[in-house]
Amino acid sequence: MDQSTGTGAGKPRSFQEIILRLQNYWAAKGCAVLQPYDMEVGAGTFHPATTLRSLGTQPWAAAYVQPSRRPTDGRYGENPNRLQHYYQYQVLIKPSPPDLQALYLGSLAAIGIDMALHDVRFVEDDWESPTLGAWGLGWEVWCDGMEVSQFTYFQQVGGHDCHPVSGELTYGLERLAMYVLGVDHVMDMPFNDPQSPIALTYGDIFRQTEEEYSRWNFDVADTETLLRHFEDAERACADILDRDADDPRTGKRIVMAHPAYDQCIKASHLFNLLDARGVISVTERQAYIGRVRTLAKRCADAFVTTTAGGWAA
Amino acid sequence: MPDLLIELFSEEIPARMQTRAAEDLKSRITNGLVEAGLTYAGAAAFSTPRRLTLAVEGLLAQSPTLREERKGPRVDAPEKAIDGFLRGAGLTREQLEERDEKKGRVFYAVIEKPGRPAADIVAQVLEETIRGFPWPKSMRWGDGALRWVRPLHRILCTLTTEAGTAVVPLSLDGITASDVTEGHRFMAPAPFSVTSFEDYAAKLKRANVVLSAGERGETIWNDATNLAFASGLDVVEDKGLLAEVAGLVEWPVVLMGDIGAAFLDLPPEVLQTSMREHQKFFSVKNPGTGRIEKFVTVANRETADNGATILAGNQKVLSARLSDAKFFWENDLRVAKSAAGLTAWTDQLANVTFHNKLGSQKDRIERIAVLARALAPMVGADADRAEQAARVAKADLSSQMVYEFPELQGLMGRYYSAAAGLPADVAAACQEHYSPLGPSDDVPTAAVSIAVALADKLDTLTGFWAIDEKPTGSKDPYALRRAALGVIRLILKNALRVPLTKIFAENFWSADLMSFFHDRLKVYLKDEGIRHDVIDACLAMPGNDDLTLLVARARALSDTLKTEDGTNLVQGFKRANNILTQAEEKDGVEYSYGADPQYAEDPAETALFAALDTAEARIRPALADEGFAAAMQAMAALRPEVDAFFEAVQVNAESEILRRNRLNLLSRIRTVCLQVADLTRLDG
Repeated sequence: MDQSTGTGAGKPRSFQEIILRLQNYWAAKGCAVLQPYDMEVGAGTFHPATTLRSLGTQPWAAAYVQPSRRPTDGRYGENPNRLQHYYQYQVLIKPSPPDLQALYLGSLAAIGIDMALHDVRFVEDDWESPTLGAWGLGWEVWCDGMEVSQFTYFQQVGGHDCHPVSGELTYGLERLAMYVLGVDHVMDMPFNDPQSPIALTYGDIFRQTEEEYSRWNFDVADTETLLRHFEDAERACADILDRDADDPRTGKRIVMAHPAYDQCIKASHLFNLLDARGVISVTERQAYIGRVRTLAKRCADAFVTTTAGGWAA
Repeated sequence: MPDLLIELFSEEIPARMQTRAAEDLKSRITNGLVEAGLTYAGAAAFSTPRRLTLAVEGLLAQSPTLREERKGPRVDAPEKAIDGFLRGAGLTREQLEERDEKKGRVFYAVIEKPGRPAADIVAQVLEETIRGFPWPKSMRWGDGALRWVRPLHRILCTLTTEAGTAVVPLSLDGITASDVTEGHRFMAPAPFSVTSFEDYAAKLKRANVVLSAGERGETIWNDATNLAFASGLDVVEDKGLLAEVAGLVEWPVVLMGDIGAAFLDLPPEVLQTSMREHQKFFSVKNPGTGRIEKFVTVANRETADNGATILAGNQKVLSARLSDAKFFWENDLRVAKSAAGLTAWTDQLANVTFHNKLGSQKDRIERIAVLARALAPMVGADADRAEQAARVAKADLSSQMVYEFPELQGLMGRYYSAAAGLPADVAAACQEHYSPLGPSDDVPTAAVSIAVALADKLDTLTGFWAIDEKPTGSKDPYALRRAALGVIRLILKNALRVPLTKIFAENFWSADLMSFFHDRLKVYLKDEGIRHDVIDACLAMPGNDDLTLLVARARALSDTLKTEDGTNLVQGFKRANNILTQAEEKDGVEYSYGADPQYAEDPAETALFAALDTAEARIRPALADEGFAAAMQAMAALRPEVDAFFEAVQVNAESEILRRNRLNLLSRIRTVCLQVADLTRLDG
């Protein structure tokens, strides 16, 4: 593998090689390669490295894989490309560099997409997250008619205008990898090198968990518990943010934006679970989304009063 | 005369915004130039996914010098006045002229504003245009403050004369204008400089960019139809899709591919919608069977393998999409053909809120069913059939296909009703009851469809009126104006006799709703060329909730007013009415006890008696038959006698008997003329 550009020779042979190539590529382009956030989230955007770090004036460049959970998309491992647990690859650079499109196209080349043979297009798709109080303008990127990434210039997050603007790239890893590897069913995709002594497919690793979680998400998860946890998380988030910025123990100013945001993430995921259980009516749905948004906005308000959020005493 | 070339080169502009943006660029720049005194011979604007271009020909090299004269105070005026004048004009005393006028010697200031060179003006107008551009949605990027639809990378701005090409000096938030642009993102990315519009367009073409969206559209359509023709097939025309696709490519390459055999049995509309919405593919139809058998996709580049990889990729994506569609279709058919049939779906609609205050979709269906039954006899439908249709018309909202493709609502209901073995007119009503949606949409004519379509719209209107959610100003979130127009068009097109007030009274009564209908009707009839006051005159007549009757009156009156006799009769009527009204007010009586021909003195008076007899004899049977046109003609025919009467006869005669008789005669004119419409409400 060529370490300077992160590109390997020829086509990748496995799911993990595609991830490794993306990691190497974005590392070579100067991003801090982070690890997944250790909480259940619906998308890579929820990682504080994106949501919170896109706020404020401090420059930022990060890339990471984020396992993402969408309980309603569970299909017991049977659907060729729908999963309740999947991986997103996420890149966030602030301020968005002028050559972000070229950088992005370089990453596709790095995972073996030959630009001379394929048709890559930027098709209008504006991004909005009602739960995060966030929106941006950009595209879905098409490769031969298939959506392979989401490309967004963040304009607002948590109700705050983004100054400077972050450029966000999100790759749906399974779908992209299936395309690059020429696989029709996600469960058939080689996870490690198919020549390995113990070759594993995506299905070897995830078929059973998809089945288990589908059953739990749709039929078993206790809705009263979930509802209680939602309310606990909501209350905890508010409690944390209500605390005085000055810490009595250390005498320092410590605004607890991240612990509060963890509770916001929790509330958001619990809402998704309740939704999958089918206990939220159409009208209630909007109200729940509004409650999570209120938390996200308060966390954003708090973050911009921290050092990482550009606050100066 | 310099030529101006501007190109604003950015990241990909949404296809739907490009054409409008090119027009806005043209109008804003040329208006700005003209306001600053720079006229031009011609201008043309272009757009591609990555650029907006404007070429202006024959621009003035500089704006003309402006000369302004100001008259000042007299030479012997106080110093203060003269100083004030100097300050205002920005001149010194030596620069003033003195001229002799009648009142004495007067100061004049002659101020010359020198012309500005074109480059200065262009730079200023272009900067203002970019900063104030009317994008539907714009954004910032990086750490800048400039807004554009997507990040703006280059500004090309040149003025070309016989002497050569010069870049217009302009720098905007770090972007400096130049004579440089770029070609196709992948096929010819190297930057190059240009000297004129012709040079620019030619070099772009060499760099795999077709500048004109129209030309790209033509290429796509010609290549697509040729490809299809070679296989004995037809491309399904779709102008909206063509315009969109032309905005997604700079170098269109048309490719045709197969739809997998497994999917050919899907309804053609499902294939077409899935391919258009998700993939932006054109559908290719077999003219013999009417089936959609292939697709056309438009790539943005040529490749060494002639598009084989691209086509294979697109085909794969399509199969995945259509597998979903087929899965939905088969699941839905299973439900439709089951014992419970479409009821299984309507039952689920109990869990779907229509509106907080108006209950679930199921509640709504119940109301529509009752209403459709009540309306059935008025529209010539069988009541049981109308109710049956109303009960299934919205069942498909629970189907998987409609969940995935909401735009197929109604149509899927038709397929599923047919699959469930329901009668053909019930199936048709599933699809047609949403119509008409717009002012030019087809209006259903089948009786059962009409009953359900009316019931659907009337339930929406009475419901939202009942909870006081009426349209205000430009806000009409529930599309109630469209629903009212739908009712109007259904009634008029089918000449239905529907007593709306009675229906409102049985559901939710509000006089306000009737006047809302009347307002919508005025808007609708205005397009037919029927004046507001004509409609007001007809609205004043009884039975104005019967729109067919109301419009028959309005059309008859409107047609009559277009004839000379008609307009003159109205003048005659108004004269008669004015004299009569004044007399009635003054005398405190109503002159309606009949005029006696034996008191007719003047031949004109006698003639009027006879004419009224004739008119009444014609009008009575015409009205009995709602023949408003014939009635209006009979009235218009009175005109010569009415005119002659006013010419020859003094109504307020000295003899009180004659006067009263004449007033009673005027009353007869009034009674006769008010039978079709209240002519007193006409303007003028």
